[in-house]
Amino acid sequence: MAVMTMRDALNLALREELARDPDVFLMGEEVAEYQGAYKVTRGLLEEFGPKRVIDTPITELGFAGLGVGAAMAGLRPIVEFMTFNFSILATDQIINSAAKMLYMSAGQFKIPIVFRGPGGSAYQVSSQHSQALESWYAYFPGLKVVMPSTPADAKGLLKSAIRDDDPVVFIEQERMYGMKGEVPEDKDFTIPLGVADVKREGTDATIVARSLMVPAALKAAEELAKVGVSCEVIDPRTIRPLDIGTIIESVKKTNRVVVAEESHPFCGVGAEISAEINERAFDYLDAPVKRVSGADVPMPYAKNLERLAIPGFEQIVAAVKEVSYI
Amino acid sequence: MATQVVMPKLSPTMEEGQLSRWLKKEGDKVSMGEPLAEIDTDKATMEMQALSNGVLRKILIREGESAPLGQAIAIIGTADEDISALLTSVSGSAKAVPVAASKTEEPAPQATTSHTSVPTGGKPSAFSQDGVRQLISPIAARMAADAGINLRSIQGSGPGGRVVKRDVEAALGAKGAPAKGAPRLRPIAAAPHSPAAVYGPSSFHDEPLSEMRRTIARRLVTSLGPVPHFFLTSEIDMERAADLRASINELYPDTKLSINDIITKVVAAALIQHPQVNASFQDKTVRYYDHADLAIAVATENGLITPIVRSAELKGVLEIAAEVRELATRARSRKLKPEEYTGASFSISNLGMFGIDEFTAVINPPEGAILAIGAMTPKPVAHEGQIAIRQRMRVTMSCDHRVVDGAVGAQFLQTLKQILENPVYLFLSQ
Repeated sequence: MAVMTMRDALNLALREELARDPDVFLMGEEVAEYQGAYKVTRGLLEEFGPKRVIDTPITELGFAGLGVGAAMAGLRPIVEFMTFNFSILATDQIINSAAKMLYMSAGQFKIPIVFRGPGGSAYQVSSQHSQALESWYAYFPGLKVVMPSTPADAKGLLKSAIRDDDPVVFIEQERMYGMKGEVPEDKDFTIPLGVADVKREGTDATIVARSLMVPAALKAAEELAKVGVSCEVIDPRTIRPLDIGTIIESVKKTNRVVVAEESHPFCGVGAEISAEINERAFDYLDAPVKRVSGADVPMPYAKNLERLAIPGFEQIVAAVKEVSYI
Repeated sequence: MATQVVMPKLSPTMEEGQLSRWLKKEGDKVSMGEPLAEIDTDKATMEMQALSNGVLRKILIREGESAPLGQAIAIIGTADEDISALLTSVSGSAKAVPVAASKTEEPAPQATTSHTSVPTGGKPSAFSQDGVRQLISPIAARMAADAGINLRSIQGSGPGGRVVKRDVEAALGAKGAPAKGAPRLRPIAAAPHSPAAVYGPSSFHDEPLSEMRRTIARRLVTSLGPVPHFFLTSEIDMERAADLRASINELYPDTKLSINDIITKVVAAALIQHPQVNASFQDKTVRYYDHADLAIAVATENGLITPIVRSAELKGVLEIAAEVRELATRARSRKLKPEEYTGASFSISNLGMFGIDEFTAVINPPEGAILAIGAMTPKPVAHEGQIAIRQRMRVTMSCDHRVVDGAVGAQFLQTLKQILENPVYLFLSQ
């Protein structure tokens, strides 16, 4: 185990997979010469050369389409979006081509592509550059959606995403690139997609959290332990396919659930998880499933308002107290 | 108006009855409550009473024939009434039990009282008498239903008075804390009683299963079937018990006290000291009986039946002996009432009289255990440093592992052995 940042863990995963499989290549804006807008691709051009690590023009729809075509032809592209906010321009290729191709070609064309990059809130980049888009991509059958919350998960999940034969939307959290943690150095360390991780065990309430909300949930659990509430923190890690079984097992034990997310509440992943719990574990609930979500407004630019729009551990603590009737 | 007489449910386990004897013949007048026929159930011969007044117009099954519960077996009407339509409908549906038609003759089932939360009327249980909806969380509702707690009796502590999990847990906790500490000699209320006193089934209290007990139950059932048996055997020195029997028989020569009567008395005393063994598994709870209601296995021509000596710990050994003899006599002539052979807390089966040294008996659910008694035989054993010929007896207890753990069963047998080897303990325990 080595302690490294999430940025370096992702870099290590890319490096190992580029080395492991000559069909893997990386393209995106500023990924090569500039070594990545967030330095996730540092050193890769030097190590693997310009045929494997390719700078693209600022044409998201174009290079996403190139990626889909390359995948149809048998390569395994990794397409970096400088942020997922820019992936909005490429949604036709992601949703209409990548997600549908296997189905519409009657299984003739698999699309082993990874669309990756930072998503969610950053620091004062305002309304258009602070969006959490996982519910968009998770909505469509044909796409897998992954969101890591630790450096180790980032490495293991990205390697699995690259090796997966389906298109994977891999959303990193911009605020978490500098987060440090222990990462296995084993080149064959992978984490299977579709398997949730119990980040903390508890008996009184379940907090389902992903990405940026996982550290917040763990901090909330620490606070709540001081007042005698034992929280179980579950990180689905893969939004689709969702490991609902692990969540339901936890709900059956704790009877109370808070779903924490930084995205907007309406039609969000939290709404989906809440509905699943309602359908599968209604008889085990002691309180309505409570969501803690980002504010239902465009992200404000002002620092004080931005802080209020992104949920923190305080809101999670309050929500757990609400469902625990204390 | 003519009505059908249907095969009634005369024992808890009865599924069909055999018509043993008609006590009325066609054309006889019958009045409500009058004996109409004798029915052989799976356990006993029972009298069946008429539930309406009139004339027995038609007998539909002959003596010796059987009918499933609810099937029409006769028609009662007025003397000159036309019953042809009813006859047609009855013969057309001899197998398919006519629910609507049988309603008039079927005795009303006794209201169950164990689950107070089961809605008994059309009125939704979630509404109080003033029509205000009671708020209940789903898990709280389920826990209350499982434990048989009336939600109306619980004050909710959630928003808007919602009854939540902790409220039900508090109500469960208040229902009676389990007896703590090692089971020592428990004082028994010195209830003055005559040998003729009638004892009803033992009172009991139910305790919710602990998570550990639930896990034990779940796992053992997957291994051994619905009642996971295990067996504990002990060899007991019966010299003193045999002496005791001889002394009593000397004093009361007419009694013919058997060794089994003494064992029964001692089992009852030991059970009261080990309430964990005087218990049964009830799906969501363990039921602990306050008295030792002992079922004594009796072999009859028609098979095994288990008449019950109620509250045996309160009865003297002569009283037990007389009661067992009387119950066994009636068992052999199939005259036991259902309540006399169902609802025991523990069973005893003795095959010693057939020369069986030891055997394992099958638990009669939902009881938690059964004691199998072997023959008392003289054997050479080491006794006080010498080889001596002593009266020895082997007993094997079959335990339902969901209720009785190995050590608990072993401690019970230890007490049993202690008292049988030194019956003077009987005087100390009361």
